[in-house]
Amino acid sequence: MRTLPAPAARVAERPRWHELRTVLMVWERELIRFERNRTRIVTSLSQPLLFLFVLGYGMSTLVGSTAGFDFKKFLFPGIVAMSVVSTAIFSAISIVWDREFGFLREMLVAPASRASLVTGKTLGGATVAALQGTIMLALAPLIGVHLTVALVFEVIGLELVMAIALTSFGVFVASRINRIEGFQVVMQLVLFPMLFLSGALFPLSGLPTWLTVLTRLNPLTYAVAPLRQVVFAVQNVPPLAAARFSATVTLFGYVLPVWLELVMVAAFALIFFVLAIQGFSRRD
Amino acid sequence: MTQLAAADTVASTRGAVTIDVAGLAKRFGDTRAVDGVTFEVRPGEVFAFLGPNGAGKSTTINMLCTLTRPTGGFARIDGYDVLTQPDEVRARIGLVFQEQTLDDQLTAEENLRFHAVLYGVARAERRARIERVLELVKLSARAKDLVSTFSGGMARRLEIARGMLHTPAVLFLDEPTIGLDPQTRALMWDDVATMRREEGVTVFLTTHYMDEAEIADRIAIIDHGRIVALDSPEALKAVIGADTVDLHTDDDDRALGRLRDAGYRAERVGEGVRIFTADGEGQVPRLLETVAGGVSSVHVHRPTLEDVFLHYTGREIRENDGEPTSSGWMRARRAARR
Repeated sequence: MRTLPAPAARVAERPRWHELRTVLMVWERELIRFERNRTRIVTSLSQPLLFLFVLGYGMSTLVGSTAGFDFKKFLFPGIVAMSVVSTAIFSAISIVWDREFGFLREMLVAPASRASLVTGKTLGGATVAALQGTIMLALAPLIGVHLTVALVFEVIGLELVMAIALTSFGVFVASRINRIEGFQVVMQLVLFPMLFLSGALFPLSGLPTWLTVLTRLNPLTYAVAPLRQVVFAVQNVPPLAAARFSATVTLFGYVLPVWLELVMVAAFALIFFVLAIQGFSRRD
Repeated sequence: MTQLAAADTVASTRGAVTIDVAGLAKRFGDTRAVDGVTFEVRPGEVFAFLGPNGAGKSTTINMLCTLTRPTGGFARIDGYDVLTQPDEVRARIGLVFQEQTLDDQLTAEENLRFHAVLYGVARAERRARIERVLELVKLSARAKDLVSTFSGGMARRLEIARGMLHTPAVLFLDEPTIGLDPQTRALMWDDVATMRREEGVTVFLTTHYMDEAEIADRIAIIDHGRIVALDSPEALKAVIGADTVDLHTDDDDRALGRLRDAGYRAERVGEGVRIFTADGEGQVPRLLETVAGGVSSVHVHRPTLEDVFLHYTGREIRENDGEPTSSGWMRARRAARR
């Protein structure tokens, strides 16, 4: 009576490129969710905008301009970085929501490797973060920051590196958080201190020693600086202003070149990427 | 006993037994959540795990699905070991969990496409397969709608469709009807029956509802991490044996005496007399004749799974009913957020 299954016909060989397709699918899901959630796009722009205009204009009055170069222009690349960083962390932390609402289970029980899932999630979050940062970048003319086509590509490239590092870090944190409440703690104790101590909001030269040490220990510092350096490279920054609004980071008296900063960020990304995969590979 | 069972099943070849479990155990610290269970499920069978909350049903299902590592014994799905070949096992099973595991910001179709890719459904078959499973659960018209617009019942049926998308050998359903109203439950079981009929899938389900267990070919009653009984619903009920007939009479002592004199097995219960007999309904006229007057009411009771459960565990399963479970809360909370 019963139709007996034909075991031979079942799930034959895994198709070629199965892991790659998994990465792309998980990545695509992040983009679909980003595109569908317009409110989120607007709300996550609001905080950097507040910093840019309120802090930017407020401080510009106080700081004044040096040879026609003002604080707003200094601040702008930092704000772009800030929106990349917070979007990256938010995207990564959405895994905690996936856990709470069960979708994570659907992913984890699939016959795909955890590495592919983490890669897809990281690249998806990073893409969304870079998009968000690029939306911010489009506001450059409002601040009087000059854009060139080459600069836009450079910035997008740097945003991606930064975003991959921060998303990996976020995914790693999410692998250790089982409750949504933990997310608030991470935001307060990790994200905000990292942002404030990164040089996104003030120059890193001439700081008191304790603050210098903290900013140099912060990996985000080495992600923000290259972004500001490439933006400054195409602006007309008078020497006086360049000295006052320093875009570079000095470590033990040496000015770090962009490539070395990028190597540091990449190393940070790699470490947390590996830890994130490990975090999701545990089985009880 | 575990050793023996293990030795027996080593010889079993792929395909002859779809789920092959022996001495399977899981300890959390000092707690034995699953304490050595042994059973086989044959291809195309519907097999139910029946037990109260905390009996070890979900832990067992999690071990079979490779989500939890067993601490003892073994389990094979379609010939693949859950411990050493988890990816092979995962590719061959469909899962419907207690809690909803859809992305409600995606459409039904997108949820299915995501699943198809992760489960390695060949690109050429993906489209057709998605259409097919949506059709089987009658959700084709809602393919392009966001899951957030779905009712709980529709979401659950979409999950069944998703579980079947990659033509698994076994469909696991872990308390699939929790939080659903009776009508939706019935629809959901129709879908499961359709899948079994149309796709020839083996079904493994856990439940603490008796009526749901009735649809199974065989039922394992699980209590405190052990299987206390395993058989078809009919055979399990036959263990209880006789029907019972309760009579309320003017004079129970007199009635009891007469019944016993006539050779019936009878005893006093509360305010009445209970007679144990085969074919209770057929016996009613003779019983009334024997008691000879003064009977105010007659109640014939056929054994139910409820009685079977009581018989084996000494408890009624329904003591847990109506209480919101943790996943019930989840559902309520999710609903409240929308």
